[in-house]
Amino acid sequence: MLDLLAGFVAELRMAGIPVSLSEHLDAAEAIPHIPLEDREALKYALGASLVKSGAHWRAFETAFEVYFALRGPAYAIDADSATGELGDEARRTDGSGLAGSGGQRGQGAGGSGDAMTPEELADLLYRALAGANQALLAAVARHAVARFAGMEPGRPVGGTYYLYRTLRNLDIDGVLARLMAEHPGGAGTPRTASGDEPAPGDAPPELTPLEVRLLREEYQSRIDMLRREIEDEIRRRLVADRGSEALAKSLRAPLPEDIDFMHASREELAALRQALRPLSRKLAVRLARKRRHGRKGPLDFRATVRHSLSTGGVPVDPRFRFPRPAKPEIVVIADISGSVASFARFTLHLVHAISSQFSQVRSFVFIDGVDEVTSFFEGVDDPVEAVHRINTEADVVWVDGHSDYGHALSVFNERWGTEIGPRTSVLLLGDARNNYHASQAWVVGDIRKRARHVYWLNPEPRAYWDSGDSIVGEYGVHCDEVVECRTLRQLERFVGMLE
Amino acid sequence: MTNGTTTIDGNTGLPLPGEPRFDSIGSVRSGLAGVDYLADEGIAGIVYLADRLAKPVLVEGPAGTGKTELAKSVARMTGSRLIRLQCYEGLDESKALYEWNYKKQLLRIQADAGQSWEQLEEDIFAEEFLLARPLLEAIRSPDPVVLLVDEVDRVELETEALLLEVLSEYQVSIPELGTVRATRIPMVFLTSNNTRELSEALKRRCLYLHVDYPDLDRERAIISTRVPGISAELADQVARIVRSIRSMDLKKHPSVSETIDWARTLVVLGVESIGAEEARDTLNILLKYRTDIERASKELVGADLGD
Repeated sequence: MLDLLAGFVAELRMAGIPVSLSEHLDAAEAIPHIPLEDREALKYALGASLVKSGAHWRAFETAFEVYFALRGPAYAIDADSATGELGDEARRTDGSGLAGSGGQRGQGAGGSGDAMTPEELADLLYRALAGANQALLAAVARHAVARFAGMEPGRPVGGTYYLYRTLRNLDIDGVLARLMAEHPGGAGTPRTASGDEPAPGDAPPELTPLEVRLLREEYQSRIDMLRREIEDEIRRRLVADRGSEALAKSLRAPLPEDIDFMHASREELAALRQALRPLSRKLAVRLARKRRHGRKGPLDFRATVRHSLSTGGVPVDPRFRFPRPAKPEIVVIADISGSVASFARFTLHLVHAISSQFSQVRSFVFIDGVDEVTSFFEGVDDPVEAVHRINTEADVVWVDGHSDYGHALSVFNERWGTEIGPRTSVLLLGDARNNYHASQAWVVGDIRKRARHVYWLNPEPRAYWDSGDSIVGEYGVHCDEVVECRTLRQLERFVGMLE
Repeated sequence: MTNGTTTIDGNTGLPLPGEPRFDSIGSVRSGLAGVDYLADEGIAGIVYLADRLAKPVLVEGPAGTGKTELAKSVARMTGSRLIRLQCYEGLDESKALYEWNYKKQLLRIQADAGQSWEQLEEDIFAEEFLLARPLLEAIRSPDPVVLLVDEVDRVELETEALLLEVLSEYQVSIPELGTVRATRIPMVFLTSNNTRELSEALKRRCLYLHVDYPDLDRERAIISTRVPGISAELADQVARIVRSIRSMDLKKHPSVSETIDWARTLVVLGVESIGAEEARDTLNILLKYRTDIERASKELVGADLGD
């Protein structure tokens, strides 16, 4: 068990979750207190002692499922047993009095795996979903994976591919539509696992929009349950095929702070947004402390007197005010064309979230035209709204709506260039993919002469720079630094060093 | 001056953990259910572990999911006293740990002038002149206590360090007096709304419990236990509508406590089942932002009914 735990901890660290030695010890100490046959309890015990952030929970869960995958005869991998179980489950359901003539079907399914037609399987799935029958659902999931995923040993394909194949064959959308269409009346929605037989008479024939919505969500949540079952099953089979450690590597879910802005899925973007809020506060604290630190200022009379009380009124220990050096001004110029939009959005969020640490933050966005958007962030506590307004209202298209850094930068320099002074730090955000327009790189050099610093943040991996139509090198020579900035972690590091 | 339960000495090392409070995870769960707190598997398991390992629990999650309530319920269940330290920006050690009672010390000095310095010094830094604040109080208490450090994310990063000694060693060092150690390890709960990242040092010392909105079944059960006189149908409907609202993109999602308030309101109003009308008229109990209310009523009951 200790070896297994050590391997598990190593895997968590590989996934980027910081696990300290003392946390590892805590986990080892916790295990004897947990009844080992209780897998959920083990999961929570390990989670509580090893993972100290809600954002890391998903990565932990994935690793846990792989490392402590269910084994044993009840979870045998071969297809026949899965099918047999399906038949059993269907029979049991029929025995408990569920409506429908599934008796013979169940029998047929119990015989052998291939005896069941896809229609029969679809029907079983329908019944499992309609009745919220978890056991049946799990059985259907296992059978479906065995049948549709087409998993072959040693095939170097990720789990998502199998998931996609299985779900496509099950025709989930069709089932949902059927559930919605065939649902009898409105009031008789199923509440328990025992079934949804509506009492005749009490169901009004028409559903209000509210009821339709609730109903759809109920089924949607059951379908999500099915999806999870299928994922579990696929993972189990993959573990059996490749072993825990190899699999853990390929399934590793990135932490929110390591998600690549450019390739984040919708779910991941939501996680990123969540992670951004505490991050911006942490950064603000760090910047403020940096600014307060060190040198002493003029005497603080009040604090000195208050402190002298402990020495009987003699001011032995004089207190001083801390000096607050001037805060830097920030000008953000962001490319918001489709290719880098999500990156620019996060950077604008972050900069505005910590704008209290700068004396002034001004934001500009461009595609091939350029526009100022500072006012959109003012007095708005919800950055999502501001971003939405930027995307709809800002006047950033000049000709065709394809990035033209050269034109945008020179227009910026003409209209706002004079406002850049020796205290201004200029941040340029973009991948510098200029669609082969003229670079006008001298503009950046011109800005650099007047500004305190010019930084270029590029959301592309360094290896792609200056390939194709990327001309970040041409601009880079005029900047203090060109920073690769693909994840929240890199963004945080960069903002932390801003002065 | 020592009251027999407090040990003041220079020894290090943990105090004895004492008798375990709970036999099994199941007993934690049923015990919490006995005081009307419906714990899920994770919550009960971690409370159980916290007792066995003598570790504080850091409870994190959205506002209004029953973090504070958990500590209160554990106190009620074990029959302990609840000592609460409400954190806020600017909290310092004289508010959290202990403070010398200056006025009383001054009086003491003035009361008999002419004493030798040694005597006097020993005298005025005695426990008599110590004002115990929540953390010290929890450590010193002879009765079983549950210490609740509420909203720990509100204090500054630097202030967190105050908690470290108490949380890991269950002792408080007072330079003039020595070290006050707990005779019995209290159960400690820290809650955080995750408005900022807590320091590694603090997290490392705690068991971490993430409390999220409950799932449908648990929420339904919570409504049924906390709202007397609610019918099963109404509880079910309330839980499902709340789940639906939580899936929307709102500024602030309805919390469990707001859900309970809403259910209570519906019971008081004598609502049997929630139709579009009832939902629209009472949404302001569930949601606190105008834009949220507008959006939710639009999505729930259709655009034609929104005002």
